Amino acid sequence: MRDPLSRQVVELKPSGIRKFFDIVSEMKDAISLGVGEPDFATPWHIRDEGIYSLEQGHTKYTSNAGLMKLREEICHYLYRTQGIHYHPTREVLITVGGSEAIDIGIRAMINPGEGEEVLIPQPSYVSYEPCTILAGGKPVIIDLKAENEFRLTPEELKAAITPKTKLLILPFPNNPTGAIMEKKDLEAIADIIIENDIYVMSDEIYGELTYKDKHVSIASLPGMKERTLLINGFSKAYAMTGWRLGYVCGPQNIIEQMTKIHQFAIMCAPTTAQYAAIEALKNGDEDIVEMRTAYNQRRRFLMHAFREMGLECFEPYGAFYVFPCIKEFGMTSEEFATRFLEEEKVAAVPGDAFGASGEGYLRISYAYSLEKLKMAMERLAHFITKLREEKGK
Amino acid sequence: MREELLRIIEKNSRMDLKELAVILGVEEVDVVNELAALEAEGIICGYHTMINWENTNIEKVNALIEVRITPQRGQGFDSFAERIYKYAEVNSVYLISGGYDLLVSLEGKSLREVSNFVSDKLATLDGVLSTATHFVLKKYKDHGTILTSKYEDERELITP
Repeated sequence: MRDPLSRQVVELKPSGIRKFFDIVSEMKDAISLGVGEPDFATPWHIRDEGIYSLEQGHTKYTSNAGLMKLREEICHYLYRTQGIHYHPTREVLITVGGSEAIDIGIRAMINPGEGEEVLIPQPSYVSYEPCTILAGGKPVIIDLKAENEFRLTPEELKAAITPKTKLLILPFPNNPTGAIMEKKDLEAIADIIIENDIYVMSDEIYGELTYKDKHVSIASLPGMKERTLLINGFSKAYAMTGWRLGYVCGPQNIIEQMTKIHQFAIMCAPTTAQYAAIEALKNGDEDIVEMRTAYNQRRRFLMHAFREMGLECFEPYGAFYVFPCIKEFGMTSEEFATRFLEEEKVAAVPGDAFGASGEGYLRISYAYSLEKLKMAMERLAHFITKLREEKGK
Repeated sequence: MREELLRIIEKNSRMDLKELAVILGVEEVDVVNELAALEAEGIICGYHTMINWENTNIEKVNALIEVRITPQRGQGFDSFAERIYKYAEVNSVYLISGGYDLLVSLEGKSLREVSNFVSDKLATLDGVLSTATHFVLKKYKDHGTILTSKYEDERELITP
């Protein structure tokens, strides 16, 4: 029989997360600090609205771009939080999670095989690189540094740009580092982006989860809206991961082409989720505040625990991850994570699962109750004391 | 920090001062001072424990009693409420708008004990027009805590 497979897909590296997942699932009664989704259930009034829409028999496709009412609410939301005007019929597309928007956004913008380069700052979410490869683009990795708190600096950006550069992925607030880009940081790179005539895909899925100033979208800066795809969704802000609903706003010409792919590949995002999402945007502000407050308490708890055990970690102000440095132990992230799991039964994701520059770090999620985090930190303290003793011998 | 502190200890009053300080991002002495102030201002009225008595083998009966009264001249509802809330078996007394005046929640060891309280003590008070006693059959949620189900983490162990 002939080989049924696409070489390109076969050659795609499997996510480092997957590998670690297989180890963890073998381990009974381990505490996991490894998830990338909220521990909260979707607030009841939002769930109830989804149920009500089912009762009303809203069980059909919506328009390809999504319910008009939802697109309007998204535009209101982006105006009241970012001061950006988007047109609900021309500049918004409702997608199956932010993930779909990432995939079809890159596909809509890249000419396959022409060597067009996509700049991907890492450590970052695992799908940018494979999506770029599948779209026929060339991923160019920018290795972010702990000394810059894992922000993207103008120098790093400049050094990575070539005449082939077409698109910059901007994943902030960042998974896995928890890093944010503040307004001043964005302003510093916006000029370079405009000068070099490149586009930006700004993945702001964690935009509501910042613990310093409010998140600022790069699309709100002068001259940036027309070259930015703003991706967001409901998973993280409203604890709606399982509903699979995201959206993308951007220039009409790009959104139009993305809608075309979306129409052929997906048809439309889940209808029930869209109805629930309208309720989230209309009446969910308080839920966000409540969850953000809880995350922030846990974040402070973890940072304090790290300080007590003398574990190096820059203070992250976004998402729900901390990214401590484990280089002092002279092990790779994977060795550290594997031993931590085997000896203390705590699972955290090795930093290099999010790119080579994550080597030497560990992603710890704080989408867990304080009680659980407390237990895990006791074990971490025990573990690193043991490692330091081993090293001292 | 006041509201955040109150919200935390409303859910968990056993959290120690050091930990409160850490998660609030303040100094321990600030927490101590704030708690003292909240107590002095009558905002924190106690550090009770939430117990689901149904899971013990101790028998308890809870009832909610609607009381309609004629307020006495020059005394209003307050003095009437006082005569009721001084009984140890009374858990809470609320002045209610609408079809009746006071909502009294009561805890007794048995149906008989509660009934006796209503017929002997409550109904016979001067000015009581009527009472309606509702016995609690099951508590689903109390003080913001769901009593009937436990949280189970159904997330995958590792996700990107």
